[in-house]
Amino acid sequence: MKKTSWLAGPYLIWMALFIVIPLLMILVYAVIQDGTVSLAAFLKFMQPVYLKVLGRSLWLALLATAICLVMGYPAAMFIAGREKAVRNLLLMLFLVPMWMNFLLRTYAWMTLLGNNGLINRFLGFLGLPAMDLMYNDVAVVLGMVYNFLPFMVLPIYTVLHRMDRSLIEAARDLGANSAGVFAKVTLPLSMPGIASGITMVFMPAVSTFVISRLLGGGQYMLIGNLVEQQFLVQGDWNFGSAISMILIVVILVSMGIMSRFEKGEQGGVTPW
Amino acid sequence: MVKKWIGRLYALGVFIFLYAPIAVLIAYSFNSGKSRGRWEGFTLDWYRTLFHNQQISSALYYTLIIAVLSATIATIIGVAAAIGLSRMKPRLQKAAMNVNYLPVLNPDIVTGIALMLFFVSVGVRLGFGTMLLAHIVFNIPYVILSVAPRLRKSSARLMEAAMDLGATPLQALWKVVLPEIFPGIMSGFLIAFTLSIDDFVISFFTTGSGVSNLSIEIYSMARRGIKPEINALSTLLFFSVLLLLIGINLLSKRGSKKKNGDELAEQSLMV
Amino acid sequence: MKKTVLAAMALFLCAALLAGCGPKADAGGAGDNVTLNVYNWGEYMDPDILTQFEEETGIHVNYEVYPTNEEMYVKLTKGGTNYDLIFPSDYMVARLIAEDMLVPLDFDAIPNAQYTQERFLNMEYDPDNAYSIPYFWGTLGILYNTKLVTEPVESWNILWDDKYAGQIVMLDSVRDSFAPALSLLGYPLNTTDESQLKEAQQLLIEQKPLVMAYAVDEMIDMMIGEEASIGLAWSGMAMSVLDGNPDIDYMVPEEGSNVWVDCMVIPKTIQHVAEAQQFIDYLCRPDIALQNTEWVGYSTTHQDALDNLDPALTSLEAYNPTDEVLARCDVFLDLPADTKDYMGELWTELKAE
Repeated sequence: MKKTSWLAGPYLIWMALFIVIPLLMILVYAVIQDGTVSLAAFLKFMQPVYLKVLGRSLWLALLATAICLVMGYPAAMFIAGREKAVRNLLLMLFLVPMWMNFLLRTYAWMTLLGNNGLINRFLGFLGLPAMDLMYNDVAVVLGMVYNFLPFMVLPIYTVLHRMDRSLIEAARDLGANSAGVFAKVTLPLSMPGIASGITMVFMPAVSTFVISRLLGGGQYMLIGNLVEQQFLVQGDWNFGSAISMILIVVILVSMGIMSRFEKGEQGGVTPW
Repeated sequence: MVKKWIGRLYALGVFIFLYAPIAVLIAYSFNSGKSRGRWEGFTLDWYRTLFHNQQISSALYYTLIIAVLSATIATIIGVAAAIGLSRMKPRLQKAAMNVNYLPVLNPDIVTGIALMLFFVSVGVRLGFGTMLLAHIVFNIPYVILSVAPRLRKSSARLMEAAMDLGATPLQALWKVVLPEIFPGIMSGFLIAFTLSIDDFVISFFTTGSGVSNLSIEIYSMARRGIKPEINALSTLLFFSVLLLLIGINLLSKRGSKKKNGDELAEQSLMV
Repeated sequence: MKKTVLAAMALFLCAALLAGCGPKADAGGAGDNVTLNVYNWGEYMDPDILTQFEEETGIHVNYEVYPTNEEMYVKLTKGGTNYDLIFPSDYMVARLIAEDMLVPLDFDAIPNAQYTQERFLNMEYDPDNAYSIPYFWGTLGILYNTKLVTEPVESWNILWDDKYAGQIVMLDSVRDSFAPALSLLGYPLNTTDESQLKEAQQLLIEQKPLVMAYAVDEMIDMMIGEEASIGLAWSGMAMSVLDGNPDIDYMVPEEGSNVWVDCMVIPKTIQHVAEAQQFIDYLCRPDIALQNTEWVGYSTTHQDALDNLDPALTSLEAYNPTDEVLARCDVFLDLPADTKDYMGELWTELKAE
């Protein structure tokens, strides 16, 4: 009986080579300062100003992830409910905007959201008051949602698609209405997709920096901006690496905690 | 009935949200002024100058090649890994998954610089190869995350059973597991491709020898103001993909009319 | 789905092949053809010049681009790269000299260096003028919309004026945003005195509620589109803005400001010194310098090019400041690590407010 876990072999080697070792090289910077091992860089992070930055990043990422989930799930359901040919088209149409360069898309949002931007001009045309849509939380979260929505929709779609119809039919036969079917059958079965989606959105959202720089008008210092600043402008690789390490621990731990709420079901690969 | 229309309206709303900036992009590719701040009149100049720009052509070439290659390779490795991981003991699996997440989790600049340091320490010259490797590194986790939802313990067990019955690993994979997880594979591939096309930071720190990609060119242009030629390029790319999609759609519609209506059979052959 | 995706990939491959027809291969110095590796800012050199140079000399140029000095620095020092020619800004030149990363230039091999304008020789970042030749330069100043800003603009004070609350844009760059604050307080731009820096930061914190955004290049669109009425900007950016909106003007305040110079230098990672110097010499040839200056659109340090430019351009203060304006401007020098650290902390505090 051959266990197929050997299939993961190549990737494990790969990971060791291209993920672990490079990261260890960065870790070295985090703990070695002026030739001696020291945790000074880590301690430096434990100041209110930096903790505030981390907190804000986590909060905005959480918000963006939640909105992606709420927006994305119905979208995935809609697509899964179409006929075959249209489904594929719709999915691709979801992704195609992401193939346009990120900077360009973000600039385009600035053109839309600015005080003299297209949206406000349109509102003015209708006689409505202008909205303050730029250089604030709204713009940053909007930018994040825009950027990460497809990464939530796609995994949810893959589980909804070809979901075992017989289960749904059985539930209906037993008298459940649509809401009941959704809550008790569809939603739980789609949890793996949701879990993947959350992972693919939350993690990069925490460390993003271009969105906060452009749409946040540079008013924000998010953890991604902080790290970038340390590595490039400050040239303080010690501190930059330390922050990355702290970020890794914080996120993996919080994901680990969240996984307690998701009971592992049929096995397979659970994201956490 | 109402529900159907609410559904449609919602989908329309989402698509407007997705395509609003694209429409802006396209519109401004025809702007005779260089700035997005002001519309100065219609022109096709940018499309004309685009074709003479050697540097952008070269960047486009590398961008597309690396995207296709890295997505393909990442998908192959990632699918194998996902299947293998599903059969590992839970503790080991969890540890492996946590390491797997690191490229997703880390700010791009950390991944980029880490890989750069690694390549340099091994004595490899930065160039096409290193950029390709770097792209594969950050693509694989997303492939695994895309395939994972559709993997069940039963999938791998079925594969093992097939092999016990005499199938080669490849046959077992192909006939048993892959059809089951196929949507995940496609999803993973597309996500990998998308990420690769748009990457700047990691590409910047892992490339050299004259190899560049579109993102590097665009970000480096930022200090001077991004030329509308780039908008023109994006518009052309967008419309080519759109035309292609519509073309495929029409062709497959015609094809499926000829097939008989056996739903199950269709499902097993195509997504 | 499978068919769709496969067909799309096929399309992309075709497009790629068509687009590149294979890009110019990296010869890496093999065989007869020497290849130079040049690393420059984006859109900072007329691409025709590279082809012309190759036609005239047979030397092929591998041209790569970077968005900021800092990213260039990482690639240069830690990337195992062998760039032959780079274009750092003043403070970065100073830093590279201090770190012994540059090769002194052999001016006998670069006769066209004689055309550098007097006022750019022996600048503070390269006092002996041994390592660098100036390329393009500019000032740091104030962009303002003459329709929306009714009073005369003469001082940095206008950036702190309540009247324009929410319409002011600052630069998202530590040193460039500290510069107006330091100037207003009368402190040197390169000060290492922490109390002075703290005072400057306090001023910036006071200003923050009035600031619409800390931007870089997006400021160009914001000014042209009249989203903002006042901006702290580099003269190069100002040129793009003036181009796009004739109501906007640029000036360098009376308290003094920063002058920046991007320079051509040869890093120690160089492979072909003679050819690199040949290229520098080529860039300094009067006709080429003029061609390049007209293409790039930034202020030139080349005397001959300056003399031959369109007078409409050289009459603009943004493009060609008078010596009197220059006299009140200082270059940025490289700061010691502690000062940089401290400024970084102050900046983070300011942003996280």
